[in-house]
Amino acid sequence: MEERVTQAVNDLETAPGEEVAAETIFVASQWKLIWWRFRKHKLALISSGVLIVLYVIVAFAEFFAPYDATRSDKNYIYAPPQPLRFVDEEGGFGLRPFTYGYTGTLNMETLRVDYEIDYSTKYPIRFFTHGDPYKLWGLFETDLHLFGTDEGGSAFFLGTDKQGRDMVSRLIFGGRISLSVGLLGIAISFVLGILLGGISGYYGGTVDVIVQRIIEFLMSVPTLPLWMGFSAALPPTWSVTKTYFAIVVILSLLGWTGLARVVRSKFMSLREEDFVMAARLLGANELRIVFRHLVPSFTSHLIASLSLSIPGMILGETSLSFIGLGLQPPAISWGVLLKEAQAIRVLNEAPWLLYPGFAVVVAVLAFNFLGDGLRDAADPYSR
Amino acid sequence: MFRYIVRRFAYMLVTLFVVSIISFVIIQLPPGDFVTSYVAQLAAMGELVDQSEVDALRARYGLGQPVYVQYAKWIGGVLEGDLGRSLQWNKPVRVLIADRLPWSFSISLVSVVFVWLIGLPIGVYSATNQYSVPDYIATFLGFVGLAVPNFLLALLALWYYFNATGQVIVGLFSPEYLMAPWSFGRVIDLLKHLWIPALITGTAGTAGLIRTIRANLLDEIRKPYTLTARAKGLTETRLLFKYPFRVAMIPSVSTIGWMLPGLFAGELLTSFVLGIPTLSPIFLGALLNQDMFLAGSIVLILSALTVIGTLISDLLLALVDPRIKESV
Repeated sequence: MEERVTQAVNDLETAPGEEVAAETIFVASQWKLIWWRFRKHKLALISSGVLIVLYVIVAFAEFFAPYDATRSDKNYIYAPPQPLRFVDEEGGFGLRPFTYGYTGTLNMETLRVDYEIDYSTKYPIRFFTHGDPYKLWGLFETDLHLFGTDEGGSAFFLGTDKQGRDMVSRLIFGGRISLSVGLLGIAISFVLGILLGGISGYYGGTVDVIVQRIIEFLMSVPTLPLWMGFSAALPPTWSVTKTYFAIVVILSLLGWTGLARVVRSKFMSLREEDFVMAARLLGANELRIVFRHLVPSFTSHLIASLSLSIPGMILGETSLSFIGLGLQPPAISWGVLLKEAQAIRVLNEAPWLLYPGFAVVVAVLAFNFLGDGLRDAADPYSR
Repeated sequence: MFRYIVRRFAYMLVTLFVVSIISFVIIQLPPGDFVTSYVAQLAAMGELVDQSEVDALRARYGLGQPVYVQYAKWIGGVLEGDLGRSLQWNKPVRVLIADRLPWSFSISLVSVVFVWLIGLPIGVYSATNQYSVPDYIATFLGFVGLAVPNFLLALLALWYYFNATGQVIVGLFSPEYLMAPWSFGRVIDLLKHLWIPALITGTAGTAGLIRTIRANLLDEIRKPYTLTARAKGLTETRLLFKYPFRVAMIPSVSTIGWMLPGLFAGELLTSFVLGIPTLSPIFLGALLNQDMFLAGSIVLILSALTVIGTLISDLLLALVDPRIKESV
């Protein structure tokens, strides 16, 4: 026993010099133990940081984006990214970063605009500056942006699209939809999964067989063609918000199976446990047993499997929008943005249109790492 | 064994029935019915519409009758090989699908080969050389392979291809072989094109395979029987492939059928971007133009193939590993 405790202490020890006494471990709550285990998974820890930053940025998209997502500049159509500079052409160094403007000339051969750096224009970057006005969450009217240039300047760090719209701003606004699809979809899947998985695992018998067959069916059919089939039926006259919710519902209707399996297997193994029997003998009713005794004992597993199913939703929305069956412009999502890079000639001329793809990869990677870390930490009593 | 086969077969029939209902729902989803759109299209092209033909079509698909009658008429036709007519192409759906299905199938099949050819050695190496530099690289690539959407990889491949050859699509053949009769050169040319979509389609599967094989093999290597075998003086290679490797393979082999849905989905996106004449472009076109008999039939065929493929893989596995049939 003594040896095992010491072992556990050694396992949980993380920061050098931070001695966790055996006493502390014995009295630590389950969530504390989970946190201790989780923070040992460095990648998961970094990923959760990345995700928090991403979600804060898209929540305050209007503030973090230097421009309005629809603001177009006809002098900067398919303009390449303007790098952020500290050193100017004469070698002078200044602490305030700046960009150089472009002069565009129409190339009569390719019928495209060729851009050349115009060293005579120097646009300093201002922080907490005033720019395009907006109404944050429809409540506060302001025109404050994290950064921007003075009136007439331009700072397109990731270039512009076919209408001369800033890709940084569009990326941020697109993230608002792409990242929230995952959360909202998971919320619906969560309800379905816990309900059907719970019923199936708690009652067993015929109900269980039926739910199991449904799950097996949903897992054995290819989801993408079905998603495509259902979203193609959405009327094009629907508003952006309506389509958005419809897509989320379509994605989550097929996405709850993994969660239901986790819930079911946990219910199956836990309902035979002594503490359930004890609660039953004490006269607790079914609902109380389920929500007071069973659910809390596997909440950590639920959270882990939730975060592992978010990437599928994000990839689903992106793929659907990319092939033109998901959200349509004027809605902005990462998939909608990537759709513009679909034509190979456009992509070849303006490779910066692919940046939303990297955003997708970063978000999905982060959720996968986070989910892995949570899954390892979900059962802190295991070795 | 016989009882197991019968039971699995019965499950498959039920699944196929549900699949057919979903496909029928997809066909029925858009507003308006098929014949009305057909007549409108003919009228738009300035053709005369024969009322008796319209009535015959309405009777053929049971329009105006209850939904279950319509379903019965439709599924009856499907079982006889009549999948309806494509408005967009003005051809029987069966002909369109028969033209393109073999390509979808070949790409998916070749990508299964790629998944195993690449995933297996990397997974085994990662497990036997845990925490080595190649192991870290493989693990990282595994994560990235799962995170990068197929269409993005396809887009990058197409971009590279465009810059190398100046072609806007990858396709299946080079222009000089496109219309040529089959010859040795044409087969070689096909293989030169086919590996690109197959490799991209297989990325997620490969990444998954590397992860499961590595994890399972690591579990087995740590077990006492491996230590015993080593203590008896077996060579490392013989030791690895004689015992732990074989046990570690079971979960991956047994779920080989489960790869199919992912492969079909990956193939749809990849072929769409690369411009390969599989089912993918006509499926998308059908959905965008509400050519619902074509779209619904493709959903039906892809799902049915997946279900049948899964069944075959399960049966083969039960044949190889007798423990399976008792657990199902």
